[in-house]
Amino acid sequence: MIVEPPKPSATRVSVPPLLAMRAAVLGVIALLAFGAIFFRLWYLQILSGSRYVAEAHANAIREVPVPAPRGEILDSEGRPLVSDKVVDAVLIDPTRLPESRREQAQLYRALGHVLGLSAHHIEALVAHGHSEVPYAPVTIDTEASPQALTILSEHANELPGVVQEPLRIPDYPYGELAAQVLGYVGQVSPAELKKPAFRGVPPGTIVGQAGLEYYYEPYLRGREGSQRFEVNAANEAVPVYLPPAPPTRGDNLRTSLDVNLQRAGERALREAIDRQRAAGKPATAASFVAMDPMNGEVLAIGSYPSFDPEAFNHPLTKSEFNALLGPRAPGEPSPTINYATEGLFPTGSAFKPITAMAAMEGGYVNPLERFGPGPCLEIGGLKFCNASDAPFPPMDVSEALTVSSDTYFFTVGRRAFLHEGSIQAMAHKLGVGEETGIELNEYPGVVPDARWRAEMNRRQEKCEHEHPSNAKSECAYVSEVKPWTEGEEMDLAVGQGSLQTTPLQLAVAYSTLVNAWRNNGDGVKVRPHIGIAITSPSGRLVRRLVAPPLYHVHLDPEYLGYVFEGIHGATTLPGGTSTAVWTGWNQSAHPTYGKTGTAEVYGQEEDSWYACYVADAKRPIVITATVEHGGYGEEAAAPIARALATEWFYGRSSTIVKPSEIAP
Amino acid sequence: MSTLARTARVAPSVRPAEAEARSSTLASLSLPLDPWLVLALVGLAVCSLLALGSTGQGAAGSASYYVQRQSIYLGIGFAAMLVISRLDYALLRSYARPIYALLLLSLLFVFALGSSANGSVRAIQFPLFSFQASEIGKVLLIVSLSGLFVERFRQIREPRTTALLMLIALIATMFVIIQPDIGSSMVYVVIALAILFVGGTPGRHLAAILALGVLAVTVVLFAAPAAGVHVLKQYQEERLTAFLHPNQNAHKQGWQQEQSKIAIGSGEKTGAKTPTQSALNFLPEAQTDFIFASLGERYGFVGAAVVLSLFALLIWRLLRILTIAKDLFGATVTGGVLAMIMFQVFINVGMTVGISPITGITLPLVSYGGSSIMTTMLGLGLVQSVYARARSTNARKGRATPATAS
Repeated sequence: MIVEPPKPSATRVSVPPLLAMRAAVLGVIALLAFGAIFFRLWYLQILSGSRYVAEAHANAIREVPVPAPRGEILDSEGRPLVSDKVVDAVLIDPTRLPESRREQAQLYRALGHVLGLSAHHIEALVAHGHSEVPYAPVTIDTEASPQALTILSEHANELPGVVQEPLRIPDYPYGELAAQVLGYVGQVSPAELKKPAFRGVPPGTIVGQAGLEYYYEPYLRGREGSQRFEVNAANEAVPVYLPPAPPTRGDNLRTSLDVNLQRAGERALREAIDRQRAAGKPATAASFVAMDPMNGEVLAIGSYPSFDPEAFNHPLTKSEFNALLGPRAPGEPSPTINYATEGLFPTGSAFKPITAMAAMEGGYVNPLERFGPGPCLEIGGLKFCNASDAPFPPMDVSEALTVSSDTYFFTVGRRAFLHEGSIQAMAHKLGVGEETGIELNEYPGVVPDARWRAEMNRRQEKCEHEHPSNAKSECAYVSEVKPWTEGEEMDLAVGQGSLQTTPLQLAVAYSTLVNAWRNNGDGVKVRPHIGIAITSPSGRLVRRLVAPPLYHVHLDPEYLGYVFEGIHGATTLPGGTSTAVWTGWNQSAHPTYGKTGTAEVYGQEEDSWYACYVADAKRPIVITATVEHGGYGEEAAAPIARALATEWFYGRSSTIVKPSEIAP
Repeated sequence: MSTLARTARVAPSVRPAEAEARSSTLASLSLPLDPWLVLALVGLAVCSLLALGSTGQGAAGSASYYVQRQSIYLGIGFAAMLVISRLDYALLRSYARPIYALLLLSLLFVFALGSSANGSVRAIQFPLFSFQASEIGKVLLIVSLSGLFVERFRQIREPRTTALLMLIALIATMFVIIQPDIGSSMVYVVIALAILFVGGTPGRHLAAILALGVLAVTVVLFAAPAAGVHVLKQYQEERLTAFLHPNQNAHKQGWQQEQSKIAIGSGEKTGAKTPTQSALNFLPEAQTDFIFASLGERYGFVGAAVVLSLFALLIWRLLRILTIAKDLFGATVTGGVLAMIMFQVFINVGMTVGISPITGITLPLVSYGGSSIMTTMLGLGLVQSVYARARSTNARKGRATPATAS
């Protein structure tokens, strides 16, 4: 390359005077730019620093929730009624499923074939899971056989997205035992998440849906933990150890239930159902309650038909759902209904002690006055008769209770009609027609009176007005619009007619009578309860659950004496309605006081009732039992009560101390 | 560098001005260096290594790989700066034309043979380094344009002189744009403007150029795309305009800038002990374009302030040398280097803090990369040479004055 030689001296150009000014301009530009950048840095790093720290953290840290094991539900002796177990669950991770719908359908078919589920069911589960917690793995099956799990492992490559993971699920060591009481669990629903009770619960959490699992949910739930890992920009996990936040197990619920008593009671329910069905009765449903009349602790409470709560551990198929929770034809029993608290029936004669107390306290029946000879009373052209038209002589109140004279109590009813509301007031005071306050779902029922009648008439008329063409099928508040009559008061006096109550309410009423009688007239209306205490997983007492009596009840001890004399006779004297059932019972050790009930159901078999008190200085017990459409009280319901009493006083567990005496 | 060195070496040995040249070469060994400039330079080099150390796995390897390579680049660059500073920059003035020709040829050469990096052809791969012509070209442009400017100094009041000089600069710029390398092309334009500004081109000429520039940018970025004509590639348009509306581009260009802001912001006052943004690759180009964000994340406001202060020191020294340069060529060269560094610092840092567009401009001396470091070092070498000549002239004057008087 040829280049001109430099001629420094000739070409050197001196600096123009303008330069200093222009350098200054450059300096000012630099100063302004530096100022802007410093200001911006100050804003980003000092003023908004913490926000960006959070954003950087959110970028890099992924948290995977680790569900907390639920607390156990224990019986009075600490035997777990609900525990938990780890199973190999089959899940579908939707993020790893093949993309094409055709391949997905193929996968569902293959998986369904191995697990014995329909492809449609699996697809529905995945879709449902996605709507609940997007991208989270969906549990498909918790009961897959070892063979099925092996097949799935071997074909893992052909089934992308199908994973097996250990899953902690509730375990029910006694199967169906007390199923309606314990309740069941399930994934929290979007509707539940909006309720205050589920505030702060992450979507997808398993929560109690019914029974004690539902009522004590906040204690049993525990606190979700999390597994944390760091990801890079490509969302790949990087090998950095971040300490996991382990889940906290929920607390345990200690109950007053006695497993042995519960088991004996449920066995007796099944036997009663079988026996009555063999005798040609429909005997559709049955239930019992056993409680301590002094403090309201529920010792056993059962309902037939029952179900296995394990069913709720895996997502229900449509047929499973219908069997457990689906709609029923009229009269068809549901296994998830607890008939002891949700079944409303008239009680029949089991109500008579309440009528007797009301009449004596109301002053319109003298306990020693004899009246009401059988077999029938004729009022206004209607005949009111004894069961089997028994021709009873005039009786006093105790005798009338012993033989369950309807003609006596119809007469009491006639008098009560003139003392309006006295029976109803006594029923309510003792706990009939009122919610009991137990931790389970229950209904208040009805003790009919003139006001109730008027309200029903009003509704019936309104309904008939709204459905003029099909009033007969649409409107069933009352069969006939008419004022409250003497006849209706008489029906109530013997526990028939429009009375609607539950076995639990009747148990509360008898308990109130019992503790008033035992305390010389000063009783309390107990609040039945099952929970005794909340204990930590290590057994430490977290909280004692107290259920103070609802209110004090003062009853004349003399009148109580007549009533208990009468119903003691009913279990012991010849002609007593349940004497046969208690044959051979050691009355000197544990005297029995019981009343049968046979409630007429229009056009159907009667509902069978029994309510009794078996005395003991330390372990008194009140038992009520009912068999729907089971026939006579002494045939269907009373044997259930006897089975419970036998287990309670003479069973293998008879030496145990009362739950309330155990320090939880 | 090799080109410059050869030119410098050839010139004194074969030409009549040999004597003066040799004497100046010998004398040069004792010439002064601006200590503040050296301090700023060494400080920034240290910051660069610290920042690289806090990044994660990059495209080429782990953080230690980057630190190691960068130390070598910085070492070689520093040596090159020392060598250049010993030479008389004035010798380059008369080689303005060949240097300009070399600039265009090297850009064309790279375009013809170069390898593709991120979709654009900018570099030729050599076993140990890749040669990025547009980077080195910045220094070549400074020297050649300064030479051509000084040549026409007497006609600078005539608009056609200014137009001609801008045309010369824009031809080189066009060669860079077609690579395509928008970031460097902007630096080229800024260098040209700075040389004209420092050299004394009338203000109205500069104002006219700026007005035309604004018009051109508006047409290219907004008007033409709106009319369906895309002068730039789609991604270039997006990158240049993303900073104006970061929220609309959360998943494209805006995402990078957002990650950069998160990185810097999360550094807070004194820095994050575990810088996740750069270490886990949330920060794009953490070693190169977004090195300032890595540094801001790891060392916080304090670290960022130190780096900015070192740049401020550097720029102050360049301004100072600009004013004491003993001739116009020295002043325009210094002005060019000053503009090159200043523009890159502000655009790069502005980009990482979200106040200027993403342009792919590196942070001088701090971003990882041999070509970038070498370019900055060569420029600073020339400035040191200007400083040395200015000081020695003043010194001689200082000694001579009393002698003449006595």
